[in-house]
Amino acid sequence: MRIGHQRDFWSGLMFFVLGLVFVALSRSYDMGTAQRMGPAYFPTVLGGLLALLGLVIAISGMRRAAHDGAVERFHFGPLLIVLGATALFALLLRPAGLVAALLVLIGVSAYASHEFRAREVIPLAVLLVLLVLAVFVWGLGLVIPLWPAFVTR
Amino acid sequence: MELLNNLAVGFATALTLQNLAYCFAGTAIGTLIGVLPGLGPVATLAMLLPFTYSLPPVSALIMLAGIYYGAQYGGSTTAILVNLPGESSSVVTCLDGYQMARRGRAGAALGIAAIGSFIAGSFATLLIAAFALPLVELAFKFGPAEYFSLMVLGLIGAVVLASGSLLKAIAMIVLGLLLGLVGTDVNSGVARFAFDVPELTDGIGFVAVAMGVFAFAEIVANVEKHEHREVFTDKVKNLLPTGRDMKDAAGAITRGTLLGSLLGILPGGGALLAAFAAYTLEKKIGGAKASPPFGQGNIRGVAGPESANNAGAQTSFIPMLTLGIPPNAVMALMIGAMTIHNIQPGPQVMSSNPALFWGLIASMWIGNLMLVVLNLPLIGMWVQLLKVPYKWLYPAILVFCCIGAYSLNNNPFDVYVTAVFGAIGYLFYKLGCEPAPLILGFILGPMMEENLRRAMLLSRGDPTVFFTRPLSLTLLLMAAALVVLVALPAIKSRREEAFKEAD
Repeated sequence: MRIGHQRDFWSGLMFFVLGLVFVALSRSYDMGTAQRMGPAYFPTVLGGLLALLGLVIAISGMRRAAHDGAVERFHFGPLLIVLGATALFALLLRPAGLVAALLVLIGVSAYASHEFRAREVIPLAVLLVLLVLAVFVWGLGLVIPLWPAFVTR
Repeated sequence: MELLNNLAVGFATALTLQNLAYCFAGTAIGTLIGVLPGLGPVATLAMLLPFTYSLPPVSALIMLAGIYYGAQYGGSTTAILVNLPGESSSVVTCLDGYQMARRGRAGAALGIAAIGSFIAGSFATLLIAAFALPLVELAFKFGPAEYFSLMVLGLIGAVVLASGSLLKAIAMIVLGLLLGLVGTDVNSGVARFAFDVPELTDGIGFVAVAMGVFAFAEIVANVEKHEHREVFTDKVKNLLPTGRDMKDAAGAITRGTLLGSLLGILPGGGALLAAFAAYTLEKKIGGAKASPPFGQGNIRGVAGPESANNAGAQTSFIPMLTLGIPPNAVMALMIGAMTIHNIQPGPQVMSSNPALFWGLIASMWIGNLMLVVLNLPLIGMWVQLLKVPYKWLYPAILVFCCIGAYSLNNNPFDVYVTAVFGAIGYLFYKLGCEPAPLILGFILGPMMEENLRRAMLLSRGDPTVFFTRPLSLTLLLMAAALVVLVALPAIKSRREEAFKEAD
């Protein structure tokens, strides 16, 4: 059978699964009673509600005929580059210090744009690093390691 | 006279040199992000929130508030000069504002937008001050059952008035409520959904969630589009509208201000809804005979919505300040900001922190004054900023987000959480699920559970308590009425039409 409104169908399915996951995870906590609710009570009710809503959304999405319901193509390239750059920043921040982590973040994330040009990114990176140092580190006094651990030690 | 006393307290707080500086910083940043398309107030507030940690709470809130209403001013500039809504609430300003610019009347359009916004902002500030006391008094009559019902109404109202697909928006709320429950349960001490990750026992940081689903998802969605901008930069002069313009626009400004103020107070209200409603109203009132016609550069089509969005942006502070209930995602972040500064949002804020409460209100009027000064004479500078291409902008946004996320707890863990929610947010974007209801639910989740538990404890497990207490029943009936109303076929089709226009 053809799915009418794909976005609705898939989002409904997502809500359904997530609802069930929360209900299942809640089973390891105490349910309590309606008068004295345990930690599992509210999430179980909400999880059930979410699963139910998801089911309704998915079914109506399947049956609804819509010409504009298709899911747009996922651009995994930019997504992975941006998220990867962020993860690298988090990974590098403590061992390598803020300056190096920022340069990596800006350098890698710049690849996400299809208009990327190295000679534009380098001045941009320098400018941003200086701005961050001026505003956040010297201005607002945030406590962040600036340089690699082996240099400062 | 109490009102005057209170305002005096407020101005005394807001007029200190430090707070003036933060008010200025907030409105300037707000104008900046309002001008730049692809960066909204929610993402900006989430991004800058961690950096307000070290500030006194009043200064932090004054600055954050300035960003929100400042963005409404800035958004009109982009709408008029580039035909792009710098801010979603400026979508309708594009219609007539850009046409005015094409006829060489950009100056008049910008001028009337600023004047209308200032009048609306001043009126809304007074309204907040006047409304605050009675609402707070009402709120003190609320027990846990009423609070629970109020949150239900607030959440339902928020999605009914402000989102495309109703069911999906409600599902997003529920998901948000669930995510808000992650972490240690205050009653039993059990760490829920924490998977033995020590950082998760404190809950998921709401700043990380907001940054992820708004800023990161927006970046990825924007980067994959090819951008094309045409800017009317060269000939912006004669910023003062003519006497005839003023006469034409006066009615529209008045109506926009009143309508916007009213819609801002409602749950789900705020700038966006206000602007749409005001434009529709202007078209209805003598739209047929208007010259030039609407859509071809009628000044009322700029004055009405621009006044309304500014009024709505400001009056949406009323439910947040007096009841502790956020009517939209920006207010959810403001509540988060209060919590970060150890201020429990709710009716007690006014009595426990009068300087903060009234200082914030007074700062809005001062901020509006600053915005007129920032916008009109400096318009050339903001226009130059429009030439900054997105490929330079997004690395900067990422940098701010990453440093902000880290400095929440001085822990890289929050940066990872942000990235994860960035991926989730992108998925939401592709599936057509709006993230704003998720944030509302996320903020309200723990509060709702707490009030539900208390209400049920007091009623000895009898769930009818929500229907037997008159105030609570009224609130729930209002929520039900909203859902029924939206489901009615006539309204449903009109509503879908309205949201299609918004896209």
